[in-house]
Amino acid sequence: MVRTLARTTARPALVIEASPRRKGALWPYLLVAPAVAGFACLLVYPLARSIVISFQHFRLGELIRGGADFAGLANYAEALGGPEFWAVVRRTFLWTAANVVLIMVIATAVALMLPRLGRRMRLAVMSGMVLTWATPVLAATTIFQWLFQSRLGVVNWLLVRLGFDSFHDYTWFADGGATFAILVALVVWQSVPFAALTLYAGLTTIPGELYEAARIDGAGPWQVFGRVTFPILRPLFGLITSLEVIWVFTCFAQIWAISKGGPGGATATLPVYAFQIAQSLHRYDLGSAVSTLTVLMLLAVLVVHLRRMFREEGA
Amino acid sequence: MRRVAFNRVALNRAALNRAALNAAALGVLAVSVFPVYWMVITAFKPTVDILTETPAFWPARPTLDHFATAVRAAGFWTFWRNSLAVTVSAVLLALVVALPSAFAVARLRWSGRRGFVLMVFVAQTAPWSALLVPVYIIARDADMLDRLPTLTLVYFVTTLPFTIVTLRGFIAGVPPELEEAALMDGCGRAEAFRRVVLPLLAPGLMSTSLFGFITAWNEFAFANALMIKDQGDRTLPIWLSGFSNVFGTDWGATMAAATLFMLPVLLVFLVLQRRVSAGMIAGAVKG
Repeated sequence: MVRTLARTTARPALVIEASPRRKGALWPYLLVAPAVAGFACLLVYPLARSIVISFQHFRLGELIRGGADFAGLANYAEALGGPEFWAVVRRTFLWTAANVVLIMVIATAVALMLPRLGRRMRLAVMSGMVLTWATPVLAATTIFQWLFQSRLGVVNWLLVRLGFDSFHDYTWFADGGATFAILVALVVWQSVPFAALTLYAGLTTIPGELYEAARIDGAGPWQVFGRVTFPILRPLFGLITSLEVIWVFTCFAQIWAISKGGPGGATATLPVYAFQIAQSLHRYDLGSAVSTLTVLMLLAVLVVHLRRMFREEGA
Repeated sequence: MRRVAFNRVALNRAALNRAALNAAALGVLAVSVFPVYWMVITAFKPTVDILTETPAFWPARPTLDHFATAVRAAGFWTFWRNSLAVTVSAVLLALVVALPSAFAVARLRWSGRRGFVLMVFVAQTAPWSALLVPVYIIARDADMLDRLPTLTLVYFVTTLPFTIVTLRGFIAGVPPELEEAALMDGCGRAEAFRRVVLPLLAPGLMSTSLFGFITAWNEFAFANALMIKDQGDRTLPIWLSGFSNVFGTDWGATMAAATLFMLPVLLVFLVLQRRVSAGMIAGAVKG
């Protein structure tokens, strides 16, 4: 097919000579065309559509009838002008910070622990973490709802046994703060294996001589980590942290499956809030504006991170 | 003398460190395994043992009743079939589209290559949950709501970036000399790829598609936003998220359903590990 294309586009006299170059010039674009089309239709177009809608008056009527009027910055003004939006923004940043810090600290501790364990224990811990990693999100949300069930949940039973009598029949999912805490526990539980196993894989590439040299120079364990391990693995730390920020910031399934943003909006982060507005209030315009602001904020967070990383690498 | 005493202290401290380390490892193991263990145990317990104030940590009288309830629940097989159909078709589509792209990126020099790679990386970290609303509106306009092919397309694009990136790595790992030798022997470019590169890519294709399978099998947000009216078009995650409507407070059946939902993913993970390590060993032997 490519050859016929080349033949029809080149002049007959030049076919033989030009054919290999032509072929080389056309092949790659034909090969990537389906992928580019896929991204264009299902990633770029929805994103562009979302941005357009955020500048329109687009509600239930427009959804059914079609055709929407330009509304300028009205949706953005409405979102940014209300106190609710800023509460959601604060909550989203708290949610991201709590999760990412816990994930990174625990994953680093586990990754540093693994090489110091005996072979069997290491294999057991790694298998356990693969099991956690393999647990589907919706299976995990269902399990956590059962673990924290008020009357029959094993967590309340354990807490009462440990002497915290106030947890007898405690209804976790009726309280905003408690639900938020459970969601953090769930996301951290599911995210640590990837981060820990990746960091561990990175650790195994550091030659043992470096540790030995540091120890001979009299460095304690903290200094070894701060002067040897961390500097060598800094790119990996940066990459994992950025990925976790993206995943946690845009996390939707766990929150929606467990609390739908409730109770009383206590677990409504930006993606959940944007979907709520669009779905239940039919404010597709306002929801799209919030979505666009979400993406911009995520970019801002990552740009700060990336620039700092570049500066540190450059120094 | 003093040195010996010092060594003994150091030795004691080492033993203490080892004990603390193992205790910490056991703690990590317990926390990672317990929730899944609790799901499976609950699924096998008779209802009487679930509805008790002091939970049993071992099923004294294991039963399959809850699995029977879950399997007999309305629509179970439909949802199972839907999930499988959507997942498999999305993964196959992603493979067919990703393979040529990965080849173009790994083997060919062309202007725009960098830009394409950058686009793939951006797509890989795209905030998909921010696209729920526009995708819903576009699907509604195209009369594609409540239809499984819509989910197939969405899952195809969400797994595509990752598929391209990993396949590119696998293709780059195949020495170009092998292909050149085939070209010398008179094979066409496509034939050389099919006869030489593709067989060597089998483990890579396998593990890539299995990872894609896991992503699509687990997806909830888009299935929740796009499959709204028709019960018959739902997938397993949606069904599981509404377990309290299906099973009420029957936690045994709910945990049995969650176990059945997790089972294929677990199998895939087990297969995957063997495949990946086998592929790595094969690579090491070949040098």
